[in-house]
Amino acid sequence: MRTDSTGIKSKSADASAMQLEIKPETPSNKSEKVVLAGNPNVGKSLVFNYLSGTYVDVSNFPGTTVSVSEGKYKNHTILDTPGVYGVSSFNEEETVTRDILLEADVILNVVNALHLERDLFLTLQLIDLGKPVSVILNFYDEVKKKKIKIDTDALSKLLGVKVFTTSAITKTGFENLDAAIAQAVVSDKIKTDPSKINLEAIQQHGRAIAQLVAEGDDNLARKYQLPYGTPDERELIYLDRRQKVNEIVNEVEYQDDMSGKFFNRLGRWTLNPLTGIPILGLVLVMLYYAIGDFAAQRLVGYTEGVLGKGIFEFYTKSFVGNFTPVEITVNTLDANEEVVKTNIYDFKESISVDPVQKDKFFGDAQGSNKDITFEFKNPVMKLLFGEFGIFSMTITYLIFLLLPLVVCFYFVMAFLEDSGYLPRLATMMDRSLSAIGLNGKAIIPILLGFGCVTMATITTRILGSSREKSIATAILQFVIPCSAQLAVIAALTAKAGPGAVLVYGGVIFAMMITISTILNRFLPGESTPLLIDLPPMRIPRLENILKKMVFRTWGFLKEAGVWFFIGALFVAVLDITGMLVFFQNLLQPVTTGWLKLPGEASTAFVMGVVRRDFGGAGLYDLALAPMQVAVALIVITLFVPCIASFMVMINERGWKEGLLIWFGAWIIAFLVGGLTAQIVI
Amino acid sequence: MTENITLDKVKKGTSIKIIRIPQGDSRIQLLRMGIIEGDKIICLERLPGGTVVIQKNRQEIAVGHSLAKQIMILPE
Repeated sequence: MRTDSTGIKSKSADASAMQLEIKPETPSNKSEKVVLAGNPNVGKSLVFNYLSGTYVDVSNFPGTTVSVSEGKYKNHTILDTPGVYGVSSFNEEETVTRDILLEADVILNVVNALHLERDLFLTLQLIDLGKPVSVILNFYDEVKKKKIKIDTDALSKLLGVKVFTTSAITKTGFENLDAAIAQAVVSDKIKTDPSKINLEAIQQHGRAIAQLVAEGDDNLARKYQLPYGTPDERELIYLDRRQKVNEIVNEVEYQDDMSGKFFNRLGRWTLNPLTGIPILGLVLVMLYYAIGDFAAQRLVGYTEGVLGKGIFEFYTKSFVGNFTPVEITVNTLDANEEVVKTNIYDFKESISVDPVQKDKFFGDAQGSNKDITFEFKNPVMKLLFGEFGIFSMTITYLIFLLLPLVVCFYFVMAFLEDSGYLPRLATMMDRSLSAIGLNGKAIIPILLGFGCVTMATITTRILGSSREKSIATAILQFVIPCSAQLAVIAALTAKAGPGAVLVYGGVIFAMMITISTILNRFLPGESTPLLIDLPPMRIPRLENILKKMVFRTWGFLKEAGVWFFIGALFVAVLDITGMLVFFQNLLQPVTTGWLKLPGEASTAFVMGVVRRDFGGAGLYDLALAPMQVAVALIVITLFVPCIASFMVMINERGWKEGLLIWFGAWIIAFLVGGLTAQIVI
Repeated sequence: MTENITLDKVKKGTSIKIIRIPQGDSRIQLLRMGIIEGDKIICLERLPGGTVVIQKNRQEIAVGHSLAKQIMILPE
């Protein structure tokens, strides 16, 4: 039942729509589910923000990565849906949008007034669902600026529902949203030929489900065990709808003035190879400074070193030491990070029972040039708070190292996305990526991989086919060094010189080409072609970027966080049982004989399983010749992914593929590293 | 008479008419975005390697090479 929460009846000229409003006025305390729907980039979130105010609950739609915002407006529940071009089950966003729409009492369809031709397709589909709909024509001020005229009364009459105008930039017209909810009606212009729709299905499951099933939504059809439309039948409905959209647009929109605004031109420049490649270069340099330099080094150096290890771990461990035997080593370092003094404090019972030694230890631990390790004697304490402890290393890693990085990455990606550059970047990269069986869209997970391979592996879900997901996952897990590793690689190669950089870079690049070409050649199926809408370039709104950043970071932590803990637990057990040393010893002969590296390097490789940067960090202390550095870095880059990304990969791609990549990494890392060693050392 | 050619062969800046779009998911997606057979569009950009950017009214769409070479068009 419809609710008129304002009590104001519309005086609009739209008589045809009014006839349908024969339902009795219900008291305004009736609560309804109001669902916002629209194409991507129509300003849906602005409408949502206006309606829901500050109280917003964001959650992942069950079983998906798609986040759905829920808010309250008066006594209505407002639900935001992902931007889609149509409702069916082509991808995760669509199925989520569809499932929310099926539950809707009122649909607010947000339309970009500049793109009527594109957006009205969805509008007609929503209307065909047979639910009360109001259309919000957003960016209406832009329309006037571009000297386009839209006859909204005519549009309303042709659609059979009310049309309201809003302007996202100047924030006008939003007061109409209340009326838009109150006056939403079921259109009397629902056109899709009823003969195409299963009448029994309408009676049993309602018009919305019957309509979608007739349009060939096989996913929904299976759920309700209905026969569904063939691709041909869907096409007839779609063509019919498209034709109707074109007729409507012809009738309601006048004069089209393509003014050469700066952002329009900027959009063109990004795609013209002459200007686009320098712009791409500029963007990459900016990305490097924002993430590679600022986030991965300065910010993380502070959060991990000072906040994580210096404050969080130090105080947690010295507090725990009050209750259990612990041996603490305090190393004093000089400016070159060389150990100049070592003091060992052995608390046989606990820190608190030995106040003299306690004071000495805390006095010695002062200052930033200290390297302090706690050795708990009790295995349970070791498991929880030791070097790889769940409540020590994992928290430092997750909260103080990974979180700042992930936040920065998501911020930058949201900026690129909202500015309209991301789809253009995908377009520019399309050709190079299609050579290895991917399309331009794959640039998104690959870029994210330089931040955190775990996060990037989750993002491979945006790719069109299982085959593309496999190729992208393999590239990420084998050859893309994550930011934790990049820092180590940068530091070591800076010492080793250009020769090592050349050998390392050359081998890794060749491996990327080899692996992806082989997969592209032998994986069955076909890759999907790039087909992407290029929204106009614009200055993104900080509020929206921050919102996306927070949602995605939270989603990542929720999804991947647990794997970091499980991984740490696994390694802590290996450490306590002595298995870690066993594996290190096992690898030692291969390391010295085949890779021509010092035996201690094997420790670094095994540690790389825990955290990829540990693998590299272990190499710092070894005296390596430049070419040995190159070989060692090749091995740690190609070597098995960290435990968290391994778990996420299993989750995404299944056991078979995950294990294949994992064991493949062992073999390829040592094979390629060794071959390089035989040649260059 | 001009011969039908495929979208990937079009020169930048030319107006074209779409003659045939292959069956499949891409066709549905194009339909939803507003591109169908008979539409008059402009080839806005043709990137090295064959990715094409087309424009219809104010809308711009990037089409990958593998799809572009299956779309038959007629230069206007």
